[in-house]
Amino acid sequence: MSKKLVLVGNGMAGMRAVEELLELAPEMYDITVFGSEPHGNYNRILLSPVLASEKKIADIMLNTREWYDEHGITLHAGREVTKIDRARRRVHAEGGLEVPYDRLILATGSNPVVLPLPGKELPGVVSYRDIADVDRMIAAARRGKHAVVIGGGLLGLEAAYGLQKRGMDVTVVHLMPTLMERQLDSAAGDLLRRSLEQRGLKFLMPAQTAAILGAEHVTGVQLKDGSEIPADLVVMAVGIRPNATLAKASGIACERGVLVNDTMQTFDPRIYAVGECVQHRGSCYGLVAPLFEQAKVVANHLAEFGIGRYVGSQVSTKLKVTGIDLFSAGDFSGGPDTEELVFQDPARGVYKKLVVKDNKIRGAVLYGDTVDGAWYFQLLRDGTQIADFRENILFGQAHLGDSGLGGAAGVTSLPDKAEICGCNGVCKGDIVRAITTKNLFTLDAVRAHTKASSSCGSCTGLVEQLLAHTLGGDYSETPAKKPLCPCTIYTHEEIRQAVVREKLKSIPAAMQFLEWKTPDGCHKCRPALNFYMLCAWPGEYLDDKQSRFINERAHGNIQRDGTYSVVPRIWGGVTSPKELRAIADVAEKYNVPTVKVTGGQRIDLLGVKKEDLPSVWRDLGAAGLVSGHAYGKALRTVKTCVGKEWCRFGTQDSTGLGIKLERTTWGSWHPHKVKLAVSGCPRNCAEATIKDLGVVCVESGYELHVGGNGGIKIRATDFLCKVATEEEVIEYCCAYLQLYREEARYLERTAPWIERVGLTHVRERIVDDASGRKVLYARFLESQKYSQVDPWAERANGKDAEEFTPLEPAGVAALETAGGAA
Amino acid sequence: MRWVDAGPLAALPARGARVLRVGDTSIAVFRTGAGEVYALRDCCPHRGGPLSQGIVHGDRVTCPLHDWVIDLKSGQATGADEGCTPTFAARVHDGRVSIEVPDSLATAQAAGIAASAACAAGPRAPRAALDDCALALFERA
Repeated sequence: MSKKLVLVGNGMAGMRAVEELLELAPEMYDITVFGSEPHGNYNRILLSPVLASEKKIADIMLNTREWYDEHGITLHAGREVTKIDRARRRVHAEGGLEVPYDRLILATGSNPVVLPLPGKELPGVVSYRDIADVDRMIAAARRGKHAVVIGGGLLGLEAAYGLQKRGMDVTVVHLMPTLMERQLDSAAGDLLRRSLEQRGLKFLMPAQTAAILGAEHVTGVQLKDGSEIPADLVVMAVGIRPNATLAKASGIACERGVLVNDTMQTFDPRIYAVGECVQHRGSCYGLVAPLFEQAKVVANHLAEFGIGRYVGSQVSTKLKVTGIDLFSAGDFSGGPDTEELVFQDPARGVYKKLVVKDNKIRGAVLYGDTVDGAWYFQLLRDGTQIADFRENILFGQAHLGDSGLGGAAGVTSLPDKAEICGCNGVCKGDIVRAITTKNLFTLDAVRAHTKASSSCGSCTGLVEQLLAHTLGGDYSETPAKKPLCPCTIYTHEEIRQAVVREKLKSIPAAMQFLEWKTPDGCHKCRPALNFYMLCAWPGEYLDDKQSRFINERAHGNIQRDGTYSVVPRIWGGVTSPKELRAIADVAEKYNVPTVKVTGGQRIDLLGVKKEDLPSVWRDLGAAGLVSGHAYGKALRTVKTCVGKEWCRFGTQDSTGLGIKLERTTWGSWHPHKVKLAVSGCPRNCAEATIKDLGVVCVESGYELHVGGNGGIKIRATDFLCKVATEEEVIEYCCAYLQLYREEARYLERTAPWIERVGLTHVRERIVDDASGRKVLYARFLESQKYSQVDPWAERANGKDAEEFTPLEPAGVAALETAGGAA
Repeated sequence: MRWVDAGPLAALPARGARVLRVGDTSIAVFRTGAGEVYALRDCCPHRGGPLSQGIVHGDRVTCPLHDWVIDLKSGQATGADEGCTPTFAARVHDGRVSIEVPDSLATAQAAGIAASAACAAGPRAPRAALDDCALALFERA
């Protein structure tokens, strides 16, 4: 029999918890939902666009009544819960309704603060919290002329803007000298005020309201200094307070809000609480992102997984006033030991301030240009060291050697027809429509519904901006902690640490220890786990073929028609008539439709049938050709120029060094593909400065450059160091590759890895720490002992034969008529 | 409909698949981690990718071309994608796998004639029209 779950509070936090629960354990509970408002569940953060007539109520509904019916959930909308009888485990509601529960979620939200002013009960005085308030304001805007908004915070300004757009003459009375003083410093507050004044809003600040005037209906507002302002409508938007009334009355421990632990349980372990009514580790939250994180944890525990923990949130804010771009996050007030980085361009109306301590971002205020808000916020939450790029940080991510995560253009100004995702041909309009019509909240949901950002990922930044902008700002997309995939709650880092610490040497062992949610993972986690174990336990871990992407299983690159491409290794790009003849013979013998020279100085045979692969490899192998690993997350090529043997400018034997590097590093598996190059002089004909590691030879030695790629978003390398001998080049190169193997997330190339951990970190480990470098070098060589086996030769000799042959039925003689025993 | 032999179960790797050629139709025969055997046309409803080459997880397979995830039981695309791949009944008897195929295909196989049911790598079909999409495709042959 299903257990009974009652949710008190039909708002965003509570319903999010229910939806998460339905994903995890759809059959586990009989669910009853109580809501005090007479609607389904709606997106409260979009009330401001409704007030500003930019959206309709229907546009902001999240779950209609039909949705509750479809999911077998009983909804009592417009019915207050009056009492929780904890001893009998029953909820009492208006009209004598009683519902029993095994588990209860309190999601009673918050109440607007009402100032204890004379006249506060007069008709025409409203707060700003729900659909009913918005209806009252819209009605008032039709009749009246003057509105006064008390409170110059986020909600107050959004209300003021909406009413002004509906034709009212609006005055904002604010107690403090700065608008949104909890989110903005005075410089940004002044810019905001000026820009709102240009739109016709009036401000009285600092000013304090003394009384609300009127006999039958509000007629005006009197300030402390005695002055009076006419008003047909007064909106009180001075803050919110957690609504813990029901919890308190039921004897559940409360302070400002309902007290919960890290699993979102109240002092009564059968009762959970989530959302704005909650006080967790001393903090109450009034923004959406933390509520969603809490909802996930509640659902996880209700589904009896019991492994989620909520540890608090960093929050960011955006103002939802059309045409005003404003972003704030963290602690921007400064203080001892903090520094401020400030960018001001008054003519363009741009202001950016970052508060930095110990080279980490502590807070950010952006006005006018908020494109990089999400990036700064990520750096803040990750505690990223910004020392390596702080001279450029205020100009934004696009001005770094950006490796593909940036969305440089102001996405809000793009037309609907602008293509956002080039891989899948998805336009801005498609994405915005999917977000609004399908009520999408997360990047993953947008990926699933539109395919945008689901292939190469270079438009992720743009899609995240679209999400933030479409949903309204106080929504923040990226969760603080990103699990590897939906099969687990752990991050790449946590999983790698567990693999090493707990000596996990098989995928089932890892999945069991880390409490995987699925029986055998998915196409995202299995290849990652396989690599992490291969990297941690060379020689011990048995590679799991079925957890490899097809290219690495078939040792060729799958093409769109299901055939494969074959690229033999051509060491340092130097070949011979014998090798070329063998390649030509194979191309003719197997009717290879296309023979192409690659960018990595090799030759690609395209369109080989899978069944032919082993014999193609056997023929190539007879001429000494081996696998080029052009199909793998592995060492690909070492591109070279001809160097001093031939070139009149060459300073060193770049070709010879490239061949030595390739002989040392071939066969190594990596988090992503790795390309090397050696140029014989600074003219850099081998394009070494857009490789994962590039060597540029000079008269006095060898410059090592790291973290470049020519892929999705081109990134030039960073200079690592200069060394004197070829032996040092090889040692540094291998140590660097091993560090990348051990630290980067699976499918993260060296460029984003270095941007994430910082060049300083790489330099400390590879250049400054000589003994550490030698240890890394030794580990790389140890691992190479097991990986330098030519996979083509093995398979030409019969290994994995079933991979390359179709099933062999006994013949049609074994046919029998269907309909017999099945 | 006829049952055709698909070789010994031991020839199918767990969490893997192999291809059975019937006429010139390729059927992907899957074996899940839990030991179930499923058969689908070796053709993703998205762009015709060879599903037999995908990673098998739970009772799903991820197409190697563009990561569509196909349910092995129903042939339906999962998640937000819409489309369906024809399925065939599969059974294991005395350690051998057999697959139920329409007579037209089986006869073609017996006579060594190619049946004309090449993978229709066209645009995705709407979900509503996909009941029994397996049969619909073959009845034309």
